[in-house]
Amino acid sequence: MEMQQFYYDNKIVKKFLYATIVFGVVGMLVGLLLAFMFLFPNLTDGISWLSFGRLRPLHTNAVIFAFVGNAIFAGVYYSTQRLLKARMFSDFLSNLNFWGWQLIIIGAAITLPLGYSTSKEYAELEWPFDIAIALIWVAFGINLIGTMIKRRQRHLYVAIWFYIATFVTVAVLHIFNSLALPVSFTGMKSYSVYAGVQDALVQWWYGHNAVAFFLTTPFLGLMYYFVPKAANRPVYSYRLSIVHFWSLIFIYIWAGPHHLLYTALPEWAQHLGVAFSIMLLMPSWGGMINGLLTLRGAWDKVRTDPVLKFMVVAITGYGMATFEGPMLSLKNVNAIAHYTDWIIAHVHVGALAWNGFLAFGMIYWLIPRLFKSKLYSIGLANVHFWIGTLGILLYALPMYVAGFAQASMWKQFNPDGTLVYGNFLETVTEIMPMYWMRAIGGTLYLIGMLILVYNVIMTVVKSEHKVTDELAEAPALQRVSKRRVAGEGWHTWLERKPVLLTIYATIAILIGGIVQIVPTLVVKSNIPTISSVQPYTPLELEGRDLYIREGCVGCHSQMIRPFRSEVERYGEYSKAGEFVYDHPFLWGSKRTGPDLHRIGGKYSDNWHFNHMYDPQSTSSGSIMPSYKWLIVGKGSKLDKSITKEKMEVMVTLGVPYSEEDIANAQASMSEQGTQIEKNLYSDPDFVASYEADKAAGGEDFVEMRDREIVAMIAYLQRLGTDIKVKDRNNKTTQN
Amino acid sequence: MDSIAGIEIYPIISLLIFFLFFVVLFYWVITAKKDYITTVSNLPLDDNDNDTIL
Repeated sequence: MEMQQFYYDNKIVKKFLYATIVFGVVGMLVGLLLAFMFLFPNLTDGISWLSFGRLRPLHTNAVIFAFVGNAIFAGVYYSTQRLLKARMFSDFLSNLNFWGWQLIIIGAAITLPLGYSTSKEYAELEWPFDIAIALIWVAFGINLIGTMIKRRQRHLYVAIWFYIATFVTVAVLHIFNSLALPVSFTGMKSYSVYAGVQDALVQWWYGHNAVAFFLTTPFLGLMYYFVPKAANRPVYSYRLSIVHFWSLIFIYIWAGPHHLLYTALPEWAQHLGVAFSIMLLMPSWGGMINGLLTLRGAWDKVRTDPVLKFMVVAITGYGMATFEGPMLSLKNVNAIAHYTDWIIAHVHVGALAWNGFLAFGMIYWLIPRLFKSKLYSIGLANVHFWIGTLGILLYALPMYVAGFAQASMWKQFNPDGTLVYGNFLETVTEIMPMYWMRAIGGTLYLIGMLILVYNVIMTVVKSEHKVTDELAEAPALQRVSKRRVAGEGWHTWLERKPVLLTIYATIAILIGGIVQIVPTLVVKSNIPTISSVQPYTPLELEGRDLYIREGCVGCHSQMIRPFRSEVERYGEYSKAGEFVYDHPFLWGSKRTGPDLHRIGGKYSDNWHFNHMYDPQSTSSGSIMPSYKWLIVGKGSKLDKSITKEKMEVMVTLGVPYSEEDIANAQASMSEQGTQIEKNLYSDPDFVASYEADKAAGGEDFVEMRDREIVAMIAYLQRLGTDIKVKDRNNKTTQN
Repeated sequence: MDSIAGIEIYPIISLLIFFLFFVVLFYWVITAKKDYITTVSNLPLDDNDNDTIL
């Protein structure tokens, strides 16, 4: 057999590793800033682009797609080449993948704080970015599959299967969840093609599987490559890894609806999600056990090798998070945990331990090898390990306590049937010490990360070598019959056929998606319509877009579950038919503040005005930041220039605005705005300060009826009122 | 859901797909040849980059 010589591309691995480290620091830093905003809500007072609602998506996107994403690419590009005995298919595509991905991240870091957001979790980036992500992702896929086609290793190791499944599934998820109509091709604004319940189902099918196929499957591939490498022994059971792979991707895709338990989602979809989530425990733990047992006979190394220490804690974190996940999917557990900080603890065990620590282990393993030197300091790596582990514990444990405590307080009744903690704020101030501990835990974790940065820099500086492409040699693959050869198992044959393997993996993940999504999209009777539910007025629509821009959904749900405690606190529980015009849905997933679905008519316009200007003035001790930029300054003028186009897009999506509605949009906004302005005049303090402003005048003065706050008030006063029209009339007279 | 003609067959089909998927999977895993399993599970260790960093 003739040996062929070729070079592994190490430089691309180095680039992705550097990006992982840089964006890891950035993502964690933003997270820490957010943690401190719970303690000091006015930390960035008056700076719109540093407000909590806008930074939260920046944090989640930075950690998921920038930190973990770049770590995935680094690991995949290193291991794929070696497992397939071939250089990556195309250097151009490798570099396009790298630079394209970084540009998208930088674009996200600019646009998210500026308020360009779809509000759909982990898919907040607006439509131009969605297209860019799809293109770059496809470039990655072509590069991956191309490498498989020109490989010199007959068998495809299990890690490669996980990479293929990642590519295929993320592509499918991203495309279907991001389907949206841009308001104009010159602007960033778009509306999801799905509404209400359907949008929720598609979003959480995506959201859950973003966890599954972005944070889990690629990292499992990395685990199956790097843990055997670091332990210097093969995986515990290769047979188990095959069962792990196929059952994981087959089952995972069904579990999304567990994010929507007790919501207005049809019951059958909820139950399907629960059943599959419970089953998911098996493959997940199979994988965890396989990872840990790979260290059989090598546990002595775990005492001395920081790489293995990180990996052991990572796999343990995976095991804990994937035990907790199915438990959280049980309706009775979910009833307690949903909307509380328990979920925050859960995701951070996954992100900090599983993704973070596996990435750290991989970085400490790769950097010395790429630079052909020793790690600068094993001692510092150990310090990082311990301070990071302590950080995870200090983060997660208080959040569990906070979640339990708050959920219990929400549900606590007096003997006379009233709520013990009727004021939501009481349940927040109670858990402030937990928020303090969380911030300390996060600080420790970030300090560990900075130690890694120092250690890596010193290793690179001290190394006498540069990263160079590595020479390797292997014989070319002999052509084998397309059919199965004698004695060949069908999977062995399948592994010779990477494209076919890709197709089978796609089928495995599509089955679950089709069974769940299609009926909800096509069967009208799943979403009962309510005749009194009307489309938003133009001003309310603009207000809703401000609600989306400011990221209010990050802290406020709009989904009252059918519990006695919630109906007592917020009002009538939410119905599927109430959301038919909501493009996108805004149910939310966390209640740092109270639910807002029935907020309409509950308070006066003045209350909302004062609350948005200075939340602590109306609710002493509130941790909501102020939204002064909606109220004062030149920027507070509401942009009404594309209202008509927005309504036209809504019509295309099935919202029944008449031509007359659209033609009268400006007049209608002016009329509704004037009415709210008039209502505001009932407060003498408002009159005094507003009249003074008016008198001072100047070019920058904006009439109150034209300010953003008025649109926001219009939207908030509308929320949830469609099915309590009679009450609403009574309330407005009280205001 | 009840409005769809022939909906009763769906759960049966789902169960069958599910059951057969795992039957085929386990059949293959159990019958896989030992040689093959050993070869493939050693693939990550083929390279010479396993020297220690310590």
